[in-house]
Amino acid sequence: MVQPLNNRLTESASQTAGPYVHIGCMPTHAGNAGAYEEEIGTSPIEDGCAGEIITIKGEVFDGTGWALRDAMMESWQPDAAGKFPGQEGADPKVSGFCRFAADGTTGEFTLRTVKPGPVPMRGGGMQAPHISVWVVARGINTGLQTRIYFEDEDNSNDPLLKRIEQRPRVDTLIAKKEADGVYRFNIVLQGKDETVFLDL
Amino acid sequence: MTDSPRDLGPLVPRNRDAHPAAYDPGYKTSVVRSPNQALLSMESTPSEETGPRFGHNKIQALDNNLILNWTKGESPAVGERILVHGRVLDEFGRPVPHTLVEIWQANAGGRYRHVKDTYFAPLDPNFGGCGRTLTDENGYYEFLTIRPGAYPWPNRGNDWRPMHIHFSIFGHSFGQRLISQMYFQGDPLIDLCPIAHTVKDRGQLDALVAPLDMAMSRPMDFLAYKFDIVLRGRRQTMFENKLEGM
Repeated sequence: MVQPLNNRLTESASQTAGPYVHIGCMPTHAGNAGAYEEEIGTSPIEDGCAGEIITIKGEVFDGTGWALRDAMMESWQPDAAGKFPGQEGADPKVSGFCRFAADGTTGEFTLRTVKPGPVPMRGGGMQAPHISVWVVARGINTGLQTRIYFEDEDNSNDPLLKRIEQRPRVDTLIAKKEADGVYRFNIVLQGKDETVFLDL
Repeated sequence: MTDSPRDLGPLVPRNRDAHPAAYDPGYKTSVVRSPNQALLSMESTPSEETGPRFGHNKIQALDNNLILNWTKGESPAVGERILVHGRVLDEFGRPVPHTLVEIWQANAGGRYRHVKDTYFAPLDPNFGGCGRTLTDENGYYEFLTIRPGAYPWPNRGNDWRPMHIHFSIFGHSFGQRLISQMYFQGDPLIDLCPIAHTVKDRGQLDALVAPLDMAMSRPMDFLAYKFDIVLRGRRQTMFENKLEGM
């Protein structure tokens, strides 16, 4: 016999966000403008924040190559200096959090934000600039975590990217530059070119 | 500041057996939306340990009252009046205070107010179907709403969703982010639902079923259901602090 391991709980089970997640999280996108006086996560930045303003466009593809029309995403990131909101010296004009959705007709999403700075790791080392992304939709039973890195940054010493054994798969986490301040980042849920999804 | 990344260690790795698998052919849409490759596991970093905070400034008084919020208090929604309440805790049993809880649901007839819902149960002009609130300092939250209706959905030949309320919970770390669903005690459709049964551990599914809570129901007004939610925890040891604190 051993002592009982008291006060330990199991995380509640995830369930799919379903096709109507926008009702609760992005009412205007669901056709319900005015449900709340102010929706949350409409932009991760305010005018006048420090750093380069960028636009990331992309689509979320299923295993057949079809772009989801119902996916919702959330992003979380630090400011241009690598500081998260609430940390000392963080840019007060960066909330760091955004909600955005695949267009109901075309499937394309757009995230307008500030390019993040590198972030230190616990115990030393730096992570290359990246934006954390969480994807939910009908048919996704547990929200999928991934990251957006940038092809015009030095990603060679990023501790997470270094752990990807199959080097061509690193590319699935790197936004491609299309023009000044414009990047493309597609998310592939399954199959060839499947995005690296994270568990951390 | 007991919950800043400097004072707390990494997130407890997620126990994937407590959650549905990505691929579950009984829930047909998951077949092409489930990754084939294994997830990349690593100790959490500041990107997962920090997270957005939401203040009371954005939350209005009626935001957690779905009976009245769509009409701004003018006219109540149709349906059986219920109180849904509970606590948000972490895996160590600690309350998660001041965190955003959002819900959305169908109306009493099983119809969602969404541009893409075409079920022929009518919309209720007095019901929007979404609510939000912050937990208090002890992790408590509550919503006043109506019991949502069951409804059919295109999956196998004749699948119906049990009565349910969608829950979205933030916690204090982006890595704690969770969306789930609350079911109602005694609903026979739970055991027939392929989405509910993506959760293979019966205890974990039972934990998504809210019991009737007569003690919290208000005579001549509403019934109550209690629904507690558990988020991932973060380790907190003096060894972890020493690593960081120097």
